[in-house]
Amino acid sequence: MSTQFLNFIEIFINGLMAGIMYSLVALGFVLIFKASGIFNFAQGVMALFAALTLVGLQTGQVPFSHLINAIFGTDIHDWGPGLPTFLAILLTLVVMIALAWLLEKFVLNHLINQEPIILFMATIGLAYFLEGFGDLMWGSDVKTLDVGLPSGGSFWWEDVTRTWAPEDADYWGMYIDKLDISATIIAVILVTALSLFSQYTATGRALRAVADDHQAALSVGISLRKIWVIVWSIAGFVALVAGIMWGSKSGVQFSLSLIALKALPVLILGGFTSIPGAIVGGLIIGVGEKLAEAYIGPMVGGAIENWFAYVVALAFLLFRPQGLFGDRIIERI
Amino acid sequence: MLQKVDDTAPILRINNIEVIYNHVVLVLKGVSLTVPRGGIVAILGANGAGKTTTLKAVSNLLKAERGEVTKGDIQFEGNEIQELSPSDLVKRGCIQVMEGRHCFGHLTIEENLMTGAYTRSDGRAKIQDDLEMVYTYFPRLKERRKSLAGYTSGGEQQMCAIGRALMSRPSTILLDEPSMGLAPQLVEEIFEIVKSLNSNEGVSFLLAEQNTNIALKYATYGYILESGRIVLDGKADELRENEDVKEFYLGVGGEGRKSFRDVKHYKRRKRWLS
Repeated sequence: MSTQFLNFIEIFINGLMAGIMYSLVALGFVLIFKASGIFNFAQGVMALFAALTLVGLQTGQVPFSHLINAIFGTDIHDWGPGLPTFLAILLTLVVMIALAWLLEKFVLNHLINQEPIILFMATIGLAYFLEGFGDLMWGSDVKTLDVGLPSGGSFWWEDVTRTWAPEDADYWGMYIDKLDISATIIAVILVTALSLFSQYTATGRALRAVADDHQAALSVGISLRKIWVIVWSIAGFVALVAGIMWGSKSGVQFSLSLIALKALPVLILGGFTSIPGAIVGGLIIGVGEKLAEAYIGPMVGGAIENWFAYVVALAFLLFRPQGLFGDRIIERI
Repeated sequence: MLQKVDDTAPILRINNIEVIYNHVVLVLKGVSLTVPRGGIVAILGANGAGKTTTLKAVSNLLKAERGEVTKGDIQFEGNEIQELSPSDLVKRGCIQVMEGRHCFGHLTIEENLMTGAYTRSDGRAKIQDDLEMVYTYFPRLKERRKSLAGYTSGGEQQMCAIGRALMSRPSTILLDEPSMGLAPQLVEEIFEIVKSLNSNEGVSFLLAEQNTNIALKYATYGYILESGRIVLDGKADELRENEDVKEFYLGVGGEGRKSFRDVKHYKRRKRWLS
């Protein structure tokens, strides 16, 4: 194979992997949007909050230590060596479920029957609250997250691909980050589990029923409040997974919450109501970005990667607003 | 047509209820009615008379539409139910089939039916038995069990909605406007099924219907609702013979062709009724 073609494959694969990371974030949006018609602006911040909590628990940080120190003049930071990673993840999950429960009890429950725009505003409020609360609880410094996932380039893959090039070519092999590979595997497991859950369990069926018709769901005795807690808990879980992957990749810091913006074009492409759409949309955006950067970028001076996704999204809004896989509106006349 | 019903212990009793929407719009102005155990009771009346509101007041779906029962009380099996959630009511055996079917369009017919069993905890086998029971009443649903409900016909959706309610093993079904938008033949078919569910499974029905003719044919008792008040009630066959009902609701005014004088007469009587 020629080096050009090998380069193309490398870019393509890296694009797929980057896309998976976008999909992970988009997934959380889709879950909540499907079940309650709410566009959850706070999904990105939830990922940040989950990652912050995980790091805090893992490293044994005292929550609200800055606040405590400021008020009592003490100087505490850590309570010990921290929890084992597995336990920390489990505890973070508990925190995310508690968050979903509190949210239902104190926010959503009081906004039943409100316009979608009002619920949307509430999630903006939630985003800012969580961001501040996370800072207050765990501090605003940049943290590194290490949950023991392999990272760095895969030498094995480099060695394998080097042999694919012609003997005399100056080719060093493809670079693939092991972290991206783990992210891919985790995303596949997550999506499979979610679709099995929604397809084959009574609760999953109830979730889909609520997504279709709130009123009818209520009339057959499905409790919307319970369903919302479940949905937001699942979204919290997905946020935790996204937070772990993105946190391991680029550190846990405020900018983590901005990955939500990257999920927007993914959602527009894949459709707001489709889980497979979120995955495929993410992959297309990821690959498109990387290919555009490599092949169109040089012609226009680079930096296409930053806006390419949004242009694709715009084109989709013009020609296919429901996205690739969004629910076609079934309307009987 | 008349069925033996136990008048001493009504399954549902509505006592002089008033319903207000959005804190301002008074929709029901003192409605009382009783559904005897094993009866089919019809609420009749024109658009906007308050039929749907009455049913929703019972099933407690009103709260989701910012409606509120401000006066009176509703008793199901002898217990007051205003404070219960719709989900609790379904567990106790009272379920509503909403106007306009409201099937879950992106779920298959069978999945739709299974959502009706959501509140049940008596095991998979019994639920499966009931699914078969629903399919014997509605063989058409069995044929279309794998199709998305959104792509089925209006009649099939109505059957699906009733079947879904049956899956919760109800003692009472509040059936709202089952004839809406259906061909007369289908309406007949659906009412036949309602009747056989009533006699075979012992399900009581409170149904709201604009199609007075068919409703009085299958119901045992009827209430006529006009602008939030009950203006007339009686056994179904008595109502069918009532001159006013004939003229206003059945469209078979007895005295020949209508002259201008009759129109005035109609208006006068209409005033008397409301």
